[in-house]
Amino acid sequence: MATAERLKLEHIVKEYPGCRANDGVQLTVNAGEIHALLGENGAGKSTLMKIIYGVIQPDAGSITWNGHPLTLQGPAHARELGIGMVFQHFSLFETLTVAENIALSLPADQARDRRKLEQRISEVSEHYGMALDPRRYVNTLSIGERQRVEIVRCLIQESSLLILDEPTSVLTPQEVETLFRTLRQLSHEGCSILFISHKLQEVRDLCHRATVLRQGRVTGECNPAEVSTDDMARMMVGNETPLSTRVEPRTPGEVLLNVSHLNYRTSDPFGTSLQDLCMSLRAGEIVGIAGVAGNGQDELLRALSGEALVSNDSITLSGVAIGQAKPGLRRRLGVAVVPEERLGRGAVPSMSLVDNSLLTAYGEGMVNKGWVALNKVRDYASRIVDAFGVRTASIDSHATSLSGGNLQKFIIGREAMQQPKLLVASHPTWGVDVGSAVAIHEALVRLRDEGAAVLLISEDLDELFQLCGRMGAICAGRLSPLVNTSDLTIEQLGQWMAGDFPSAAPSEVSHAVA
Amino acid sequence: MDSVLITNVLAATVVAGTPLLLVALGELVCERSGVLNLGQEGMMLMGAVIGFIAATSTGSLSMGVLAAMLGGVLMAMLFALMAITLAANQYAAGLALTIFGIGLSSFVGAGFVGQSIDGFDKIAIPLLSDIPVIGQVLFNQDLLVYGSLLIFALVFCFLKYSRGGLVLRAVGESPEAANANGLKVLPVRYMAVAFGGAMAGLAGAYLSLAYTPMWTENMTAGRGWIALALVVFATWKPERVLLGAYLFGAASILHLVLQGLGWNSSTELLAMLPYVVTIIVLVLLSWNPARTRLNTPLSIGQPYRPSK
Amino acid sequence: MLSLERRAVDSRAMQWASPLLALVLTIITGMGIFMALGKDPVEGLTFFFLTPLSDTHGWAELGLKMAPLLLCAAGLTICYRAKLWNIGAEGHFLMGALWASVVALQLGGQSGPWVLPLVLIAGIVAGAVWALLAGLLKTQFHCNEILTTIMLNYIALNLLLYAVHGPLKDPYGFGFPQSEMFAAAALLPKLIPDTRLHIGLLFGLLAAVAVGVLFARTFIGFQLKVLGQDERAAAFAGFPAKRLTLLAFILAGGLAGLAGASEVTGPLGQLVPQVSPGYGYTAIIVVFLGRMQAVGIVLAAALLALTFMGGEMLQIAMALPKAITGLFQGLLLFYLLTCDAFIHYRIRIRRAPKAVAGEA
Repeated sequence: MATAERLKLEHIVKEYPGCRANDGVQLTVNAGEIHALLGENGAGKSTLMKIIYGVIQPDAGSITWNGHPLTLQGPAHARELGIGMVFQHFSLFETLTVAENIALSLPADQARDRRKLEQRISEVSEHYGMALDPRRYVNTLSIGERQRVEIVRCLIQESSLLILDEPTSVLTPQEVETLFRTLRQLSHEGCSILFISHKLQEVRDLCHRATVLRQGRVTGECNPAEVSTDDMARMMVGNETPLSTRVEPRTPGEVLLNVSHLNYRTSDPFGTSLQDLCMSLRAGEIVGIAGVAGNGQDELLRALSGEALVSNDSITLSGVAIGQAKPGLRRRLGVAVVPEERLGRGAVPSMSLVDNSLLTAYGEGMVNKGWVALNKVRDYASRIVDAFGVRTASIDSHATSLSGGNLQKFIIGREAMQQPKLLVASHPTWGVDVGSAVAIHEALVRLRDEGAAVLLISEDLDELFQLCGRMGAICAGRLSPLVNTSDLTIEQLGQWMAGDFPSAAPSEVSHAVA
Repeated sequence: MDSVLITNVLAATVVAGTPLLLVALGELVCERSGVLNLGQEGMMLMGAVIGFIAATSTGSLSMGVLAAMLGGVLMAMLFALMAITLAANQYAAGLALTIFGIGLSSFVGAGFVGQSIDGFDKIAIPLLSDIPVIGQVLFNQDLLVYGSLLIFALVFCFLKYSRGGLVLRAVGESPEAANANGLKVLPVRYMAVAFGGAMAGLAGAYLSLAYTPMWTENMTAGRGWIALALVVFATWKPERVLLGAYLFGAASILHLVLQGLGWNSSTELLAMLPYVVTIIVLVLLSWNPARTRLNTPLSIGQPYRPSK
Repeated sequence: MLSLERRAVDSRAMQWASPLLALVLTIITGMGIFMALGKDPVEGLTFFFLTPLSDTHGWAELGLKMAPLLLCAAGLTICYRAKLWNIGAEGHFLMGALWASVVALQLGGQSGPWVLPLVLIAGIVAGAVWALLAGLLKTQFHCNEILTTIMLNYIALNLLLYAVHGPLKDPYGFGFPQSEMFAAAALLPKLIPDTRLHIGLLFGLLAAVAVGVLFARTFIGFQLKVLGQDERAAAFAGFPAKRLTLLAFILAGGLAGLAGASEVTGPLGQLVPQVSPGYGYTAIIVVFLGRMQAVGIVLAAALLALTFMGGEMLQIAMALPKAITGLFQGLLLFYLLTCDAFIHYRIRIRRAPKAVAGEA
């Protein structure tokens, strides 16, 4: 059966100062095919997508669309041809309604009749099982609903190629199922789908074919159903890097962190308030909290780091109440934090690694009566770079000049070397290459083995199941019970991530830990 | 208080508020696109001086007004070049525009200081101007006042109902998302800045051709800055700009009213009133940061560097 | 076609070349202006830049005008490096001048070495308090400091005008709005005798050095830098943002207040309405031109002091309006911002993207 080639990319090259993001990439997507584009972070997937969508121009190479050669003038042109994009970090306007958002991406004449457009939106979204109210303001929608808006927008534009960039990273397992059903329906109707991901099991479940990118080049093409996840992983990372294996939990020691009835009302209109959180962490254990972004993780981190102050007794460290303590004091008492944003919170982008060491390690004897002992700071920075394998031109390089993985290693190293009692890490391997992710995991395990308590907040379920002795989920500011990982199934976790759990009373928590 | 006094005060309030209204409407559109232009004083003064010189040289007030608007747009384009194309620090660029505009206007107008001109006269709209109080206040004003009200209506409808207004709001909230949607961020911002410049120029022309038909250095006396506060006060909504402009207008003529009523206080102390009122208003508005955040165009003040 | 391309790493060379390039462009534009006015450009530039410095007296005047610029700029540097856009140096200056005058006049006939310090301290405190007002409005009420400091500038000016027209007016001054002359004990000692140059310049230089040390070596300086470059990181690190903000405002206000106090106890010897030809605003240009560094602001203060003198010289020698000073200063800032863009960008001549041809 001759399947029509919908999209064909040949010899695509795109260079940026300092790196070749795409180096002679070939890609073919057939009509009605669900095609995966695999690769780890930094492999060049996003750049390729921007080229296909017309946001940037390739330096060399050709694009063929339905058999005809193509030069894209921009996203509007791509849309006219039927190429639709669902972004990872959405391109929606929060202060506008669903209908207004979709109207903006349509040509002016089609968008003129607002009422007709609203009707169309309702019809199309119902048809594909993703009901939407066109009059709602986007800032009132959940993340899953916003993704629906992005998809419905493409459908209204009658896309024949739908590009989805890491769509499942913000969904609960159940929402992922709904999405897959929709995508299969679309594929049946002849729409081609380009599915960008690094989640191998999902690709095996959904996709007909897969192309693998590594460091800007195509390193493999396959039919995911016929190939194992290990083989695909090898294509993604090459043969040298060791893949992480399951970590054995240790027997935990005394209670270090006790969170008791933590309530936090956020003043951010788009934030999530924490309700009656209870949990305990012991020395020598890694505890994980799963959850889709926007369910209170950020607020929990801020409450633990001291960026947000809560009632004094709701957080105690080795018996000392620290709810009202500022970050500096908490650090002195042994709390270390690795935030989700490494540039622009964890590290100052425009400052050197030396300066960034001083940012949180100032309690390590670097400041004497207000004067900074520069040589001590430099020494500390050098030790981090050596001990944690941070690849950088020098310790005077700006934080922005490091790759995501190296900067994250630096930040983890900076905190770990302060020998904290408690380390709270939020999404530590997000956007990080596999080699660095492994190093970061090893660092966390080392800390645990040295007697610290580690709290790992992450969306990456693989990471959580791999590292944590105990796990739970956070949803809408409430915390599920924390149970031993060995007793937890992914379905159960998925339910908890969707909020389906009873409130964990303190007595239940201590039972689970016994 | 008799009705003659009230009528006169209200009419004077409208007159005093008109330059503020014009500048603030212009800056509102500009800020809605995400660009913060601190150069209002500079643009207004240039508008005032160019309008005055054009009007005295050609003998035509309309030429003066047109020249003033053009002058404002040109000044704004200098700012746009730095803040939009070169993605420089918007605050510094705006300050540069102010300092440059103050200097250039004083320089260009040096030969005209103290000269006066026959400015715009009041034109009474038949029938409507006979309504007691309101008639005199709203329908017996000069052309530029009527113009300002018309411009207000246009801006209001544009923002609320037109596609252009939608595009403007989108660009102001998130230029990255706008770009991903295929909207042209830079041209939209350039046009918004140009509109702001035209309005500032027009406001300046109002000062030198209608309000006090003459040219003196620094005749704007900080109105440009007050207009900036006004836009924040109005939470970027045109109808509130209208209200606020007249409120501030009232504050600025209050010392005349009080003196008229027999209060004998130093002119200088009373002249402080509009500035003090501005601070009070700023406090009332800003002290709840959550509320401000909900209404501010999200991308305001950040330079946008499109990725190629 | 020309296009601007982001550099991978900011150009070090341009960081230092930019102010010089901006100066050159300003001079070239200046020559154009002279020619447009029908004046000889070379003569104009000579009168503007060289003639004022042709004798010792001239250099003394330069130092005299540098002092307030440098003091204000030092204070503003502290604020701007923390991204606190304090536009209020003019107001702090005026309040410093006002209250220094009040104390000087109150102390009237007294003499003794304690008179002058008291007068100067009054000026410092007044400036610091005025700045603190704006700082508190920001930390407690989240008011935008650009707007509040500008409003306070206007209020300060009106307070000063009220004072010289009223309570402080010299009864024997023939009705002119000015205060009495201060007693000798309240006057700043001179640096170079027979000139008007006073120790205010030393204050300025010390302030510049202190600011340099603050940011290079102290933890408070580090915290201010982080606050300016990354607010969230500062919060994450636990740096006390509100206290740092207030400190920056107080320091800026105190230094500008000292500048105002020095001006009335130095060259003026009394309080007059024209106590500042816009030093507070020009100081902003000094800070940007001087790259917010100690050495830079000293050099920039000298250059901008020269523009004041140049403007006066052009007024006398070529009958040009005094506003030419403001014009040059504004041009300088404009060109500086434009040239600064080339620290981050370079110009590229781009060919159209390679033809995209494919087989059917």
